[in-house]
Amino acid sequence: MNIHEHQAKALLKEFGAPVAKGVAVFAPEAALKAANSLPGPVYVVKSQIHAGGRGKGRFKELGADAEGGVRLARSVDEVVSHANDMLGNILVTKQTGPAGKQVNRIYIEDGADIAKELYLSILVNRESGKVSFVASTEGGMDIEGVAEETPEKIHTLDIEPEDGVTKEKATAICDALQLEGVGRSDGMELFVQLYDAFVAKDMSLLEINPLVVLGDGHLVVLDAKVSFDNNALFKHPDIQSLRDLSEEDEKEIEAGKYDLAYIALEGSIGCMVNGAGLAMATMDIIKLYGEQPANFLDVGGGATAEKVTAAFKIITSDPSVKGILVNIFGGIMRCDIIAEGVLQAVKEMGLNVPLVVRLEGTKVAEGKKLIDESDLDVISANDLDDAAQKIVAAVKGE
Amino acid sequence: MSILVNKDTKILVQGLTGKTGTFHTEQALAYFGTKMVGGTHPKKGGQKWVSTEGVELPIFTTVAEGKEVTGANASVIYVPPAGAAAAIIEAIDAEIPLIVAITEGVPVLDMVKVKARLAKSSSRLIGPNCPGIMTPDECKIGIMPGNIFKKGSVGIVSRSGTLTYEAVFQTTNEGLGQTTAIGIGGDPVKGTEFIDVLELFLADEETKSMVMIGEIGGSAEEEAAQFLIDEAKRGRSKPVAGFIAGLTAPPGRTMGHAGAVISGGKGGAEDKIEAMEAAGIAVSRSPAKIGEALVALLKG
Repeated sequence: MNIHEHQAKALLKEFGAPVAKGVAVFAPEAALKAANSLPGPVYVVKSQIHAGGRGKGRFKELGADAEGGVRLARSVDEVVSHANDMLGNILVTKQTGPAGKQVNRIYIEDGADIAKELYLSILVNRESGKVSFVASTEGGMDIEGVAEETPEKIHTLDIEPEDGVTKEKATAICDALQLEGVGRSDGMELFVQLYDAFVAKDMSLLEINPLVVLGDGHLVVLDAKVSFDNNALFKHPDIQSLRDLSEEDEKEIEAGKYDLAYIALEGSIGCMVNGAGLAMATMDIIKLYGEQPANFLDVGGGATAEKVTAAFKIITSDPSVKGILVNIFGGIMRCDIIAEGVLQAVKEMGLNVPLVVRLEGTKVAEGKKLIDESDLDVISANDLDDAAQKIVAAVKGE
Repeated sequence: MSILVNKDTKILVQGLTGKTGTFHTEQALAYFGTKMVGGTHPKKGGQKWVSTEGVELPIFTTVAEGKEVTGANASVIYVPPAGAAAAIIEAIDAEIPLIVAITEGVPVLDMVKVKARLAKSSSRLIGPNCPGIMTPDECKIGIMPGNIFKKGSVGIVSRSGTLTYEAVFQTTNEGLGQTTAIGIGGDPVKGTEFIDVLELFLADEETKSMVMIGEIGGSAEEEAAQFLIDEAKRGRSKPVAGFIAGLTAPPGRTMGHAGAVISGGKGGAEDKIEAMEAAGIAVSRSPAKIGEALVALLKG
C-alpha cells in the first residue's frame, strides 16, 4: 500500500525526523488560510498523487507550457493561483502513464534554502534477506538513471536485524553521503529514526529523494515516498486508515474485498487462475497465441464458491472482456469448488462471452463432472495449451 | 535417490488442528503412507487429532516435545500469517532439520528476523508461501496434488506453486517422472533459493535432468544461471529446461506473489530468460511445453 507525501512526512515526523512545515489542502478555498499559517516568504505547492515525476509532469487541462505538478511560490497569492491550477486537474507524469491522475489534494510547504540534494532510501534487500540503506550524493534526480550511468555513486549497506543501525553503520551512511559538521550529527540521529519508522510500521520502501542539506548545514526531508508491506497491514490499523481509495482501480478495490489478487490490463481475454505464477503464465500463453490478457487474477489458495463467484463478476464487469479463460491446477484449491463457483456465477449473471475451463489436480474428476453435467455453454479444455488455443480461437470467432 | 525427503522422513504438523492442516495431513497420509507423526498446538497438547479415516495423531504443546517423543526430522507449517514466523522460529529452536512453511502472506520483516535466526542454525527452511516438497511414491509434505507425480529422473524446482504442478504433470506425461519436486515459494525473503536446490540435484545420482521455473522479480534466476555456468566449468552439469512467468506483466505491479514485481527496471522476464539460456537452459516460451522442451534437450 502506498501513501501520499504529506502523510509520509507526518509519519516520519512522529519518529523525530526533520521535515518542513506544511499543510495538506483538498479544496482551492482552503489554500489561502493554509499559506497564511506558514512562515513564508517562499512556499512550495506540491500535487499529491501516488506517482513520481510530479515536478516534470504536465497538467492535461493546462497545456505543455504551463508549470508542472510541483511549483515554487513567492507570495500567498501565487500559492492560491497554483492551488487553482492543480486541484481537480489531471497530472500526467512519466509514472502515471498517458491517462494521468487527477489531483485531489495538494501539499503546501514552507520553502527550503537548499544547499545540496542527496538520495537516501531504505528497502528490503532480497539478495541478502536484510533491510538495507541505499545512499547517494546524487539526490533530486532519477536514481535509476544514476544506478545505470554511475553505479559507483550508489552505496548499499545491510543492517543486521539484531543490531539495528549501529554507530558504525550510521557513520558509514554519513560517509556515503559525504556529510559534514551539523549535517553529520543530524544524520547520525536521522538514520536511526528512519530505520525505526521502517521497522515499526512494516514499510517495504522508504525513499527520501531528495534529502536536503540546508544553507545552515542541517538536514531536512524534502520529499518522502513510503510503501507498506500489504502482508503486514493487519498489524497497523493507523496505516490502513491512510489508504486513499481514489488512487486505486475500482475493480482492484472490489477484488481486494474478497482477498483476490487482481490487476486490470488492456487486453480482451479475462483470466481466472489459481496461483500467481500460473496466473502470469496464463497471461503469457494468451499472448503467445496472439491475444492479450484483460487482467491478472489469482483466486488464491483457500477459495470458496462465493469468492470464485465474486472473481467472475469482476472479470465480466470489464467491458473489454471478449472471452474468459478459467485455468485451475488444484493443490490447496479444490477443482470441485471452482466448478461450483463458476456454475453459480454463470447462473446468476448469464454468460455473453465464450468461457473455456481447464481443471487439473485435487478433486479434478468431481470438478469436471459438475461442469460436464451442467447444461451451461462452457467449453472444456484438456490442458493449458488446449485451453489457450480454444479461448483465443473463440475470441477471434474461429 | 531423492533429495531432502524420502519414505523415512517423519513429519510434525504445526497448525494440524486447523482446516487447511487437517485437509492436507489427510492427503499426505493417503499418499503412500507419508509418515505424519503428530501435530502441535499451544493449548491442545495431550489431545488427539483424528482423520476422517480414523487415523489418530498425537498433539503436542511444543515442537521440541513433539520431536522428543516422535523422533520427527521435519515439520510442515500451516499456521496463519500472524503466527507463522514464530512457528518457524520455534522449529529452528527445536533443531528440526527440515522446516517447510506453506503459509502465504507472512510479513517480510518477520522473514528478515527468521532469516537471521536461520543463518545461525543448522535447519533448512523451505518457503514460506510455497507448495512444499514431494518425493514420488514416498513422501508428500505440503499441498501438491499427489496424483500427478510419477517416480522418475527429473528434479523440479520452482518459485511458483501451481507452475510446479504444471512441470510435474508435463514431465509425468512425457514418461520421465520426478526424483523430487520443490516449490521454494514466491516471497522476496525465503529460506531456500534456487542455487541450494540445484546443488542438491547436481549431487543426486538419480536426478538425470532438472526443471527450473522462475518468475519476474529479484535476480535469483540470474544467480542460479551463473551457478550452473560455474559448476559446468568444474565438470558438474545436467540438462536443464526452464520457464519464466511474467513476460506480459506490467512493471511496478506486484503480481500476486509478494516477490513478483519488476521494479526500477530490474527483475524483468527477458533478462532472466537471457541469463538462463546463456547457461544452456532450454527455456520454453510456453508454460504448456516445459516437458516437451526437456525431452527435446535430452534427445539432443
